[in-house]
Amino acid sequence: MKDTARPAEPAIKARSLGLTFQTADGPVHALRDVTLTIGRGDFVSFIGPSGCGKTTFLRSVAALEHPTEGSLTVNGMAPDAARLARAFGYVFQAAGLYPWRTIAGNIRLPLEIMGFPRAEQDERVARVLGLVELGGFGTKFPWQLSGGMQQRASIARALAFDADILLMDEPFGALDEIVRDRLNEELLNLWSRTGKTICFVTHSIPEAVYLSTRIVVMSPRPGRITDVIDSPLPRERPLDIRDTPEFLAISQRVREGLRAGHSYDV
Amino acid sequence: MKAVLPVSVVIAAIVVLWYGAAVWMNAAWVRDQAARAGETPAFAQIVPQTLNQERPVLPTPHQVVSELWKGVAGQAVTSKRSLVYHGWITLSATLLGFVIGTGAGILLAIGIVHNRAMDLSVMPWAIASQTIPILAIAPMIIVVLNSVGVTGIVPKAIISAYLSFFPVVVGMVKGLRAPDAMQLDLLRTYGASQRQTFAKLRMPASVPYLFASLKVGVAAALVGAIVGELPTGAVAGLGARLLSGSYYGQTVQIWAALFAAALLAASLVALIGLAERLTLRRMGMGR
Repeated sequence: MKDTARPAEPAIKARSLGLTFQTADGPVHALRDVTLTIGRGDFVSFIGPSGCGKTTFLRSVAALEHPTEGSLTVNGMAPDAARLARAFGYVFQAAGLYPWRTIAGNIRLPLEIMGFPRAEQDERVARVLGLVELGGFGTKFPWQLSGGMQQRASIARALAFDADILLMDEPFGALDEIVRDRLNEELLNLWSRTGKTICFVTHSIPEAVYLSTRIVVMSPRPGRITDVIDSPLPRERPLDIRDTPEFLAISQRVREGLRAGHSYDV
Repeated sequence: MKAVLPVSVVIAAIVVLWYGAAVWMNAAWVRDQAARAGETPAFAQIVPQTLNQERPVLPTPHQVVSELWKGVAGQAVTSKRSLVYHGWITLSATLLGFVIGTGAGILLAIGIVHNRAMDLSVMPWAIASQTIPILAIAPMIIVVLNSVGVTGIVPKAIISAYLSFFPVVVGMVKGLRAPDAMQLDLLRTYGASQRQTFAKLRMPASVPYLFASLKVGVAAALVGAIVGELPTGAVAGLGARLLSGSYYGQTVQIWAALFAAALLAASLVALIGLAERLTLRRMGMGR
């Protein structure tokens, strides 16, 4: 099933990437001169204030936006081709489950669209439900689940077709902090079991530092990268790692990166 | 069950007001008759004479109910005096027109949502079509279709369809556009085709809107069928009963036909409401 002979190129490679929206008030530089290479199996967080282009970058990777300058490859392909090759799954801030489908039916949605045979659909749905610890909830409808469980189901939906890149746009932004802690732990667990490359957009410094192997700090007007931090934290991370000096040191550096980009200026 | 008392009170109040109005409106005729006979009747003598007139200005509730009962149960259903017979004539045209109107409305909505040219060109015409008084255009449709040899149920159904397609277009355009940008983006990341987006997302999302439109549409279809019966010279149908009633001053007959039409419309709307509940429950969106 899985393609074992993976090409050696990085998962995502952006060179001098720029994206300018033409608006009635003149051009808006959503991204300028973004150069970044994301290796396979990395967990990369994008952090910065609103308008810094972190979501725009993620959407460009998913071929939902089309950059106006520079080059961008996903698994060595143009984003449009990567989409057709099912290179990535996308998780939005809202779970966006269809109310008329059961949880299993929702996870089956991409598989139906991509034309998987029925028996394989069933097998995959059962497997990813287990991965996000929702086994036994397949026949429930979305309204019967809590917000955190709905977001887990939406992650399962993105995992169902075995994309090796997971693009997550503030997936836990709408959840309370206790649920968010739990899901952060589960996400790390999932990442270490599956070996996916994860790009994770967030507003939260602790979330970014806790989850990532690399943290990309971004600033607005124009959207650009101000710092890229390789985390020295081990891959195995209990929640209380957040009280260690190393963790606080990285948090401090993220904050400095944000300040350097005038992100705290209002 | 808590609603039984307030609902009964409201109905009782309507009936009391109705009787009051009937006495007040029908009293003129009684006084007139008495004046010709050189009498001046007291109020207590007038009241009984207002309740069972043959051609009252306003028939009393029991007159309407008994006429309705006579029309429904007192005749063979094939009789020209049976409200079941006339009701069926109107209902069959209503249903045919409703099906045509709903089909046309859904197709137009699909076109409007998927094609910008249609979006810009069809909607203004659909709105303009509803600003023309149906009473003005109905005879034209009947005459034009008659001249090309189309008679019977079809011209009436076309008028029904003319009225019922509009709420379906408006509701379905809104329903098919109900999915937000995020849900559409999600399908784009799967590389879904326009056809798949329609079948998996837009169509199911539009179902609640469709039922709301159908309820308005079916009532409009019934009005269309009744209006369509007026210019044909009062041959058959509830519209014909209304018209012949007004020719001969048979107010009781008019009111009975009106109530038959109202009951028919209420039943049709209730049936669609039932279909809505069953469908939404099956889809997991039931309350």
